[in-house]
Amino acid sequence: MVRVLINVPKQVRSGEAFEVKVLISHPMESGQRRDSQGQAIPRDIINHFVCTLDGETVLDAALFPAIAANPFLSFSVVAEKSGTLALTFTDDQGVTQTEMAAINVV
Amino acid sequence: MIARRRFVLLASCAAASRADATVAEVGALIQALVGDAPLKEGLIHLDLPVMVENGNSVSMTVSVTNPPAPVEAIHVFAEGNPLPQVGVFQFGPRSGAARVSTRMRLATSQTVIAIARLRDGSCWRDSVDLLVTLAACIE
Amino acid sequence: MIRGFALVIVALLLIGAGDRRSGYDDASPDTRAMQDDDDANPGFLWVKQGENLWSEPDGKAGKSCVSCHGDATSMRGVATHYPAFDGKRGVPITLEQRINFCRTDHMEAPAFAWDDDRLLALSALVGTQSRGMMLAVEPREPFRSEGAALFNERMGQLNLSCAQCHEERAGQRLGGSRIPQGHANGYPEYRLEWQGMGSLYRRLRNCMVGVRAEPFAPDSRETAALMLYLAVRANGMRIETPAVRP
Repeated sequence: MVRVLINVPKQVRSGEAFEVKVLISHPMESGQRRDSQGQAIPRDIINHFVCTLDGETVLDAALFPAIAANPFLSFSVVAEKSGTLALTFTDDQGVTQTEMAAINVV
Repeated sequence: MIARRRFVLLASCAAASRADATVAEVGALIQALVGDAPLKEGLIHLDLPVMVENGNSVSMTVSVTNPPAPVEAIHVFAEGNPLPQVGVFQFGPRSGAARVSTRMRLATSQTVIAIARLRDGSCWRDSVDLLVTLAACIE
Repeated sequence: MIRGFALVIVALLLIGAGDRRSGYDDASPDTRAMQDDDDANPGFLWVKQGENLWSEPDGKAGKSCVSCHGDATSMRGVATHYPAFDGKRGVPITLEQRINFCRTDHMEAPAFAWDDDRLLALSALVGTQSRGMMLAVEPREPFRSEGAALFNERMGQLNLSCAQCHEERAGQRLGGSRIPQGHANGYPEYRLEWQGMGSLYRRLRNCMVGVRAEPFAPDSRETAALMLYLAVRANGMRIETPAVRP
């Protein structure tokens, strides 16, 4: 389980776009670096990120080694009613982690 | 068009041939993506600093404002990196805007290219030439 | 004695930040923006880890930080005085060393290695409670003077002193970055070069390896003296922990 920080506004208005920010603790090892012995450090990145709101897709992102360590994503969401935002990311090992955030529509 | 200014480091001479390979790769990837559709400049905006303090983390925002048709996906490429792709961002029904901000790694001074594919089949392009400098005191 | 010490502190605070620049001021707009947004600042991943560790019991005594200190917010102002003189040990100690002494002395838990993520996380948590507050570090002698001497002493195969870059050439460019004055007001900090979090000691080690000198050991008197001098030199400047630097 990697550390994740998610920021969503406390309240949003129905039909009005709002910003979601997510910061994930992950080295995003590109596979291009070599250690002090000259051995290639194997690639280990988060390669897929999906955000859904009550099951409907917001953003589906394929990420590559060019994404910086401790990946940060900021994107726009629109909600008609209160619901749950699910953020799922998958790494090169196929391990998936999902974090949730409540969206409060007033 | 942004004037091309390339800051060529002595160390990058060895990498030059690899970088050229990536430029060709990016060209091929874009061709495969766009197909027969005309690739137009405009509509998509790639926001990147021209002078990069550290290539390990470069903040990027890519956006399509007021598209004539919904944006299916935005593809970002780095011509000077060993691996050409940065990300592919697809926007679903709950997306509020065809815009995403993230941070990327750039190996050297280069051109970063973003392509937007709209549902009407049209393709749009933007690019930024950046200067990437190395840190003075490396660990 | 106390009054004299207080007057010295006031004098140091009054010197103010007029001609002094934080590393923040010398960083690019992009890097500054990363520090300004708590939701985008990777340092907060460590702060969050610190929050989790703060309430976790560890060691044979079965205590957590909460057991003695209550909420982490009680640490507000603490970081402004570090490195602080430890009467028992007779040397100034850093916040990280203080955290480790809490573990060994009160929690019966082993000390963390100097570069352990958990130590950085706790130090970031405590440090950020003082964010925005001015450094007010006691200029304990003879350590301050020893540190000043080290700061001005040429070292390594490149035969450079800290002062030659960070005083004489501060503001000039090395590579694409401006040379900062080297004030330690944002540690532990997220450095883009490290792609991770690090302590002031890591940075000093960095610098010393950079001039091809044998780095001082983490718990050495030289390290303690130099870190004290740097903190006193930055007195009156505001804490930015967790800072973001290139």
